[in-house]
Amino acid sequence: MIAMEKTLLDLEPGMRGTLTRFAGNPGFVRKLRTIGIREGKTLTVVARHPLGGPVVVEVDGREVTLGRGMARKVIVDVAA
Amino acid sequence: MKTVVLMGNPNVGKSGIFSRLTGTRVITSNYPGTTVDVSRGKMRLLDTPAEVIDAPGTYSLTPTNPAEEVAAGIFAQADLVVNVVDATNLERNLYLTLETLERGVPAAVALNLWDEAGHSGITIDVAGLEALLGVPVVPTVGLAGQGIRELVERLGEAHPSETIRPMSEEERWVAVGRITGSVQTITHRHHTLRDRVAEASIRPITGLFIALAVIAAAFLAVRWIGEGLISLVFEPLFDLYTPIVMRLSDLLGPGVLHEILIGRLFDGEIDYVQSMGLLTTGLYVPLAMILPYIVAFYLVLSILEDTGYLPRLATLTDTFFHRLGMHGYGIIPVFLGFGCNVPGALATRVLETKKQRFVAATLMSLAIPCMAQIAMIFGVLGPFGLQYVVMVFATLALVYVAVGLVLNRVVPGECPEIFLEIPPYRMPDLRATVTKTWMRVRGFIGEAIPYLFLGILLVNLLYAVGFLDLLAAVFAPVMETWLGLPAGAAVALLVGFLRKDLAVGMLVPLGMSPEQLVIAVTILSVYFPCVATFVVLLRELGMRGMLAAAGVMVTTALLVGGALRVVLIGF
Repeated sequence: MIAMEKTLLDLEPGMRGTLTRFAGNPGFVRKLRTIGIREGKTLTVVARHPLGGPVVVEVDGREVTLGRGMARKVIVDVAA
Repeated sequence: MKTVVLMGNPNVGKSGIFSRLTGTRVITSNYPGTTVDVSRGKMRLLDTPAEVIDAPGTYSLTPTNPAEEVAAGIFAQADLVVNVVDATNLERNLYLTLETLERGVPAAVALNLWDEAGHSGITIDVAGLEALLGVPVVPTVGLAGQGIRELVERLGEAHPSETIRPMSEEERWVAVGRITGSVQTITHRHHTLRDRVAEASIRPITGLFIALAVIAAAFLAVRWIGEGLISLVFEPLFDLYTPIVMRLSDLLGPGVLHEILIGRLFDGEIDYVQSMGLLTTGLYVPLAMILPYIVAFYLVLSILEDTGYLPRLATLTDTFFHRLGMHGYGIIPVFLGFGCNVPGALATRVLETKKQRFVAATLMSLAIPCMAQIAMIFGVLGPFGLQYVVMVFATLALVYVAVGLVLNRVVPGECPEIFLEIPPYRMPDLRATVTKTWMRVRGFIGEAIPYLFLGILLVNLLYAVGFLDLLAAVFAPVMETWLGLPAGAAVALLVGFLRKDLAVGMLVPLGMSPEQLVIAVTILSVYFPCVATFVVLLRELGMRGMLAAAGVMVTTALLVGGALRVVLIGF
C-alpha cells in the first residue's frame, strides 16, 4: 500500500487520513493536540464548507470544526 | 477556609458537578463556553466548610482566550482541585489532568458522563487509572447526581500525586497515550441513523436547510408560547385585577399619590400601557407584556443549548461571521443577547481576540434587541400591522451586517479562524430545562421589575419638576429636523438608558404615525445600551473600547435614523 502525504484541506468530504505531522508553530500544535487532533490519529473529513468556510473532521468519534488555514497545516497520510 | 476548584476541558459538565456539590444552581448547557465567568459556592469537606469555585473550561493551563485566562487564574488559588474529566473522551482530557497533577496540588478526578461512556461502548479501569495518576478517581454522572457522595468522601483523602512528576510537553503526550492505552477499552460502534442525521446538520447544504427550519421553528415556538401565556394566563389575571385598582383609584382621589400609583386615567379608565402608574403600567408592562415572551424565549433557548445544536450553527455561519470580523462562535453572543444583552456581552469572552470581542459586543448592542424590548416592539407596532415590525428587524439586520463589514476593515487586530469542538447531540432533560428557564426568568423578574418601578417613578418625578420638558426642548432640533420625531421622543431615549422596554412603551402616548414609531423604535435599539449592559461592556471592553463602541452607536443611530426618515416620511 502506498501512502500519499496531503494536507487535511486537500481531503474531500468522506475521505480519511492518518495524521503524520503539523506544519505550524508550537502554540498551534498544542491547541490541536489538546482538542484530540494528534499524530497517529485517523481523521475523517465530514464537511468542507464553501466560500472559504471551515472544515469539519471526525476524530475518535468526535467532530471538530477548524478553519481552512489550520487544516492546511495538518499533514496526513492517505492510503492510496 | 479551603478553596476547592473545579477544573476541566470545556463542556465536560463541570457546572453540573458544581451544582451538585454546592446545591447552588448555575446554568449548564451542551456547548463549550457556557461558563465564561466564575461561580462560587459552599460545600462541607471533612465537616468543615469549604469554598467551591467553578472555573470556565480550558484545554490546558496555557490560556488561549479570556475564559481560559480566568480558569488559569483561579487554578492558582486552589487548595484542592477536582479535575472533571469527560469519560467518553479520556485521552483528550488527560493532558490537562497531567498538567494539573504536575503542579503538586492535592487533587481528585471525577470521571464524568460515566453513563454516556458506557452507552458508547467505552470501559475505563477506574482502579488502574487511580494507581497511574496517584489520586482518587470517581466515576460520576453530574446531572443525575450519581457518584457525587463518593466524590465528596474521597475528596477528604485528596493529596498531591506521588506518581506524576513534572515533565516536558512531548513527554506529557507520550504519558497521555500510555495511560489511555492501559486503562481504556473501546468496543467499536457502527454508524447509526442518528449519526447520519447528526452529520447532515453540519454539512453545507443539508445543514443550511436544517438551520432555517430550526430557526423558524424556534421563532414560531416563542411567539406561540408567548401569545398563549398572555391570552390564557396574564390577560385573565389582569381582568380580575382591574376592578381592584379602580377601587383604589376612587379611594385615593386625585393627587400626587394617585399620579404615582395609578397614573393618568383615559376617559375614566386605566390604560395599562399609557397610564404610567406603579400599580398599573409598572405591573402590566413587565408581567403581561414582557414576561410571557421571556418565559417562551428561555424555554426555547434552553432546548437549543442542551441539544448541542448551537456549535453546529456556529460552523454553518462561520463564513458569514468572518466577513464581519468574528468567526462562527460569534453566534453565541447573538443568541444570548436576544434574551438579555448582559449575558450576551459576557458571552463575547468565547472569542479569542480583542478585535473579535469588540466587534461582537458593539454589533450586539447596536442591532440585537433583548426579548423585553422585542416584546414591546411587537406590542406597540404590531397593532399597526406586521409590516412595521418587519421594517424594524430588517433595518437592524442590515445594521448588523453593514456595521460589521465596516468594523472588520477599520478595527485593528487579528481575526483568528474558528476552532471548535462539536458536542454530541443530547436529549434535553425536562427537569433541567424547566430549572434553567426558571433561573433565567427569576433573574428577569428580580432585575426588570425594580428597574421598571424606578423608571416609572423617575419619569413621574422628572415630569413634575419640568426637567423632561426642558430636555425635550433641548433635543427638539435633532428629533424634529433630523429624525422627523416629536420632541417628546427624546424623553423615551433618556429612559431607554434605564430600561429599553419601558422606553418603547413611553412612545405610545406621543401619538406618532407608525412610520415615526418605526424610526423611534429602531433608534432606541441602536443608540446606546441600557445601563445594565453598559456596566458589563465597560468592564469587558475597557474605557477606550467602550468610548469607541459608543461613538459607533451614536453615529449609526443618527445615520440610520436620518435614512429611515428620508425613506419612510420624506424630507
